[in-house]
Amino acid sequence: MSEEHIHTPQCRQLLGSLSDYIDGELQAELCAIIEQHLQECDDCRIVVNTLRKTVELYRRTSGPAELPGSVRERLFLKLELEEYLKKT
Amino acid sequence: MIETEKPISLEALKAGDREAFAQMVDQTSGHIYHIALQILGDEQDAEDVLQETYLKALRALPGFEGRSSLMTWLYRIAVNEALMAVRRRKPQSLSVEEPDPDLGGESDSQEMEIVDFCCLPESELLSIETQQALDRAVQHLPDTLRVVFVMRDLEGLSIQDTAEALALSENNVKTRLLRARLRLRQELSVTSAAG
Repeated sequence: MSEEHIHTPQCRQLLGSLSDYIDGELQAELCAIIEQHLQECDDCRIVVNTLRKTVELYRRTSGPAELPGSVRERLFLKLELEEYLKKT
Repeated sequence: MIETEKPISLEALKAGDREAFAQMVDQTSGHIYHIALQILGDEQDAEDVLQETYLKALRALPGFEGRSSLMTWLYRIAVNEALMAVRRRKPQSLSVEEPDPDLGGESDSQEMEIVDFCCLPESELLSIETQQALDRAVQHLPDTLRVVFVMRDLEGLSIQDTAEALALSENNVKTRLLRARLRLRQELSVTSAAG
């Protein structure tokens, strides 16, 4: 189920602030304007909700920043840090 | 961002203390490898960038003035190395400093798919297939957008730190971040609609 959403000028204005809005970094008065618009525009509401969900999914599924043991070992050898290999 | 087990002595690093350098490598290399892997999508290339980053850091440390944090400085070296690797693979690719067509004519207001995938079951959203679709979508982003998205949303850097590491304005980072997020949302919409 999908259809094309043609943006009105008001939607375009809203889009420019979306990242700040979903990150909770937008000024209160701009938030209020956006929320008012979202009550009236189903398509923008879906875009905002799915944009928020997209960011959340990426953050949740982003793996831990761990270095594989073999990669660490080769890195230490390259940097001539062999004597510190066993230390963490 | 980084959970530091033991504070790293900048003075010791600058003086060439090998133990302090090994400590810095252990505390930061996971993040550097992760960001290189996300930008390049290839383990061997990411490892090359990782090694080159610390070799360059080792040479440059005596002159490090501490105007940015050590981590931001390392990110900057790593991202530059990763982008050079991208350019070697795709000579036409853009640098983050160059004018970016993604910030020009193409707009956020182009027509977009309106598919509401918020209500899909969590098991579906977190499935291996979705994970693969998420990874593919990031790799499909233009380099200029992918770097910003990886730093901000996957590595968790602030807008300010991302801007500093990439030598971009905060507004530029915000614009690129929004473009990246909208494109990824769009790709997930297509995936969800097809599924």
